[in-house]
Amino acid sequence: MADPLLRVENLVRRFGGIVATDNLSLDIAKGELHAIIGPNGAGKTTLISQLTGQLSPSAGTIHFAGRDVTQLPAWRRSTLGLARSFQITSLLPDFTAADNVALAAQAHDGHSFYFWGQARKEKHLRDAALSALTRVGLDHRADVVVSRLSHGEQRELELAVALATKPQLLLLDEPMAGLGSTESTRMVKLLQELRREVTIVLVEHDMEAVFALADRISVLVYGRVIASGSPAEIRGNEEVKRAYLGDQHVVTRHG
Amino acid sequence: MTASLNARNVAAALIVAGLLLLPLYAQLSGNMFVLTLFTRIVIFALAAVSLNLIMGYGGMMSFGHAAYLGIGGYAVGILAAEGIGSGFVQWPVALVTSALFALVIGALSLRTRGVYFIMITLAFAQMAYYVAAGLARYGGDDGLTIYKRSDFAGLINLSGRVQFYYLCTGCLFGGIYLVWRIVNSRFGLVVQGLRSNEQRMQAIGFPATRYRLVCFVIAGTMCGLAGALLANNTDFVSPAVMYWTRSGDLMVMVILGGMGSLFGPVVGAIVYLLLEELLSQVTEYWALIMGPLLLLIVLFGRGGIMGLLGRLHRG
Repeated sequence: MADPLLRVENLVRRFGGIVATDNLSLDIAKGELHAIIGPNGAGKTTLISQLTGQLSPSAGTIHFAGRDVTQLPAWRRSTLGLARSFQITSLLPDFTAADNVALAAQAHDGHSFYFWGQARKEKHLRDAALSALTRVGLDHRADVVVSRLSHGEQRELELAVALATKPQLLLLDEPMAGLGSTESTRMVKLLQELRREVTIVLVEHDMEAVFALADRISVLVYGRVIASGSPAEIRGNEEVKRAYLGDQHVVTRHG
Repeated sequence: MTASLNARNVAAALIVAGLLLLPLYAQLSGNMFVLTLFTRIVIFALAAVSLNLIMGYGGMMSFGHAAYLGIGGYAVGILAAEGIGSGFVQWPVALVTSALFALVIGALSLRTRGVYFIMITLAFAQMAYYVAAGLARYGGDDGLTIYKRSDFAGLINLSGRVQFYYLCTGCLFGGIYLVWRIVNSRFGLVVQGLRSNEQRMQAIGFPATRYRLVCFVIAGTMCGLAGALLANNTDFVSPAVMYWTRSGDLMVMVILGGMGSLFGPVVGAIVYLLLEELLSQVTEYWALIMGPLLLLIVLFGRGGIMGLLGRLHRG
């Protein structure tokens, strides 16, 4: 395998006496959609937060595109092409949908120490925002204030914001969380299109979506990767069944 | 939405027109006191506008903003006392000193959030207060009388009441225009985004602290200008202008008028200082009336007076 886009080595994160990430190593190859699954409290969000820099690890290294980013702050990693969506929707609630996306585009268009010109009238930022909104099917809601968008629309907007930063790697923390079935179907379709353009790490509880989308799946339990492989391999893995799937009866296919 | 904007725009237009025409009224009615009063109001309005930039738009609850009033004032007073009367020296010194002070305390304070930020800005302002009180050469506790107002080489005479009033009003309108440009600029959107959701802004690639710091410095500098004006207005500067209650007054003006609205702080300054003036004529215990009044407005008028005006037309 060629050099991976993201390489995590021996990552450890402790919260007091609890080890949330336990000597975890993981490679994400360029172009793949890599799903991370695991029961509640397995440390999935903790892992994502360390990858994007909201949390710093207690030990271990993270390499992104061949560069050690372990000590870089979140905003620097974003400028290198690492984008995330949040499990609990995290947007600018008093800004419009278009503003939210345009700011993401602005963040990747040089510094923002411009004090005079009207940013909302800059055509290339607005165009970038509109095209990202169109990608996720929200262009008709561009001028609506975020706090008035439905939950499903906010989830889609999260994705548009991440896309507007032109990422190389997209880390999606439960994009389907709280979505109805039609909304979920739309989101899966959207991710199916996006995976052709960008490498994706997907943390998700919706097993149907995970097995439909993923090239590879890593199973996280108690902060450790207990298995990693193709969907078929994961389905057949005894340890996974015991630790996770069978236990919680998430995959009911086996009856 | 448009109706609410209209009510607020009408209020703003009335304020601008009223402030511009005030000297005419003073002259016609022979009531020059109103001009003196409003010169003071306009200066505090400028200070409140600068505080609104960080507090209303930037979400930085600075409880030490009056420090810049003192710094700007002492820059003028100390230079005057040392025989440097030119405003072309005094005023740039006032602005630069305020900017540097803001840079230093901002760099330290902005590492904290919430209550800690409030407390640390308060502490720095109190430090400035005690430093000024310790300046024995410049009057110490008693303050420093300024015997000659800043000299602008005949360009403008600050001792002329009307001229000085228009200078202050010009500075206020200039300050409001500047804030308007900033708020709608790329920089302004970043600062407002940080107020709204800092984590999100960092995740999309903005280094939070440096944008906040620059905003903090701009506001401090603008308030330093208000300090230079205030010292010229009272021909006097003392540590009292930096006392924490002064910073509280400025915060109240901003909240009263409407945080994060362009003309809110001006409305707040006018209402607050007029009330203070009127009530103190009625009773010595005017604060007893002022307190509950403010409480009511804060409790029932979220968004301040400008917010109320906004809802007026909708309901």
